[in-house]
Amino acid sequence: MADKRRAVITGIGAVTPLGVGARYLHERWARGISGVSVRDGQAGGYCDAYDPAEHLSVKEARRLDRFAQFAVIAADEAIGDAGWSDGSPYDPMRVGLVMATGIGGFTTVQANLDVMREKGPTRISPLGIPMYMPNAAAAAVSMRHGIQGQSFAVASACASSGHAIGLAARMIQYGDADAVIAGGAEATLTDFGFGSFNTMSALSKVGISCPFDARRDGFIMGEGAGVLVLEEYELALARGATIIGEVAGYGSTSDAHHLTAPEPTGRPAAQAIKLALADAGLTPGEVSYVNAHGTSTELNDAAETVALKLALGKDAYRIPVSSTKSATGHLLGAAGAIEAVATVQALNARVVPPTLNYEVPDPELDLDYVPNNARELVVVGDGAPAAISNSFAFGGHNVSLVIRGRG
Amino acid sequence: MSAVTKEQVQERVVEALASFGPDAADIAPESTFEELDIDSLDLVELAQIVEDEYGVVLKGEDMKELKTVGEAVDLITERAN
Repeated sequence: MADKRRAVITGIGAVTPLGVGARYLHERWARGISGVSVRDGQAGGYCDAYDPAEHLSVKEARRLDRFAQFAVIAADEAIGDAGWSDGSPYDPMRVGLVMATGIGGFTTVQANLDVMREKGPTRISPLGIPMYMPNAAAAAVSMRHGIQGQSFAVASACASSGHAIGLAARMIQYGDADAVIAGGAEATLTDFGFGSFNTMSALSKVGISCPFDARRDGFIMGEGAGVLVLEEYELALARGATIIGEVAGYGSTSDAHHLTAPEPTGRPAAQAIKLALADAGLTPGEVSYVNAHGTSTELNDAAETVALKLALGKDAYRIPVSSTKSATGHLLGAAGAIEAVATVQALNARVVPPTLNYEVPDPELDLDYVPNNARELVVVGDGAPAAISNSFAFGGHNVSLVIRGRG
Repeated sequence: MSAVTKEQVQERVVEALASFGPDAADIAPESTFEELDIDSLDLVELAQIVEDEYGVVLKGEDMKELKTVGEAVDLITERAN
């Protein structure tokens, strides 16, 4: 049997609370800067630096919910980074697109519900559905860049963009596409969004994202988007692309346990990690870094720690584990995408960004969480450095990706 | 309700269309919706604005016939009076 086709990363883009542009995600996080701020008494990872007028025409901005705007801007950056600015180097029908979201166009739903209550259902905007449908971001990016292979959204709450990236890699590996734009976007920082997550006691009351810390009491909601351009390895080489990494492994399982609480034994989550490693053909001894789901909720961080120990054995204690969410808040359906971007950046910079706000250790959580200060990445194993990026979701959806950087 | 002038309707329609994307300066009575990049979804929204403003109900079949800004203004003015 011929070797498996490989899905390499040739471009990255991100809009996050740390700034508009992927570089800010790594640079600011590694310097210990947090993108979390307080607005109207509500802590959130707001994309304050984002101004639609700098990126989109009046018509474009009017027809895109905030989540789809983030997706478009991050995709533009990733596609430019891949060197596709003058058009895709592939047959458009051979380019796919998977753009995840946990929720879709929340802002537009809310605005149209207000209109309906005030003026009746005949005044709902005809742009309502096309703006709040969860595939609105996928549609927008497909149309903007002439992507004519298969394109769609996936939704699995906080694991959505982990699934998007895994499916994108599969599309390339199976031969359905030569390149795939993959990512996720979310914008739910509205009173309805905060209210909805608050009443389920998911959000931090003290307003601090402090994953793995004993004081953790919930997550901080964030907004933004992350996008990666994946290409088939041989074709990327042949066109002289700059290869910055690889989606080397994908594993996914489900808890079948509870709507919101993780399965306490950690076995399904551990299995996702094991499947991803096996898919990448790696052992725990060859993993240099774990980008944790690390939400700063009591249950997730405990269950994830257990899962890492189950999946990685004694290596779990060696491998540095850090949470992007300590710097950005939790981007829900976009989290897996910005964290995949942050992971490949960490591997290539050979810098492990820290878990911020880590002050009070929890005796039960005894891995190396890289508290507060970035450190040099110690590369283990042969070839390109490898990392695990986890995404676990309400609904019990678990995704683990193995990402490799430059050798 | 007092009579609505064509000029008033023209002004309101241009304002609405400009909020959809095109520059107000580019919107003339002879401009076609196609060249202004105003599509069927925008026209439904225009119809909603017009109904709120003048009580004129424009149905899908009315909108389909309209090719230019001037035609829309004429129809709305006629129905409003």
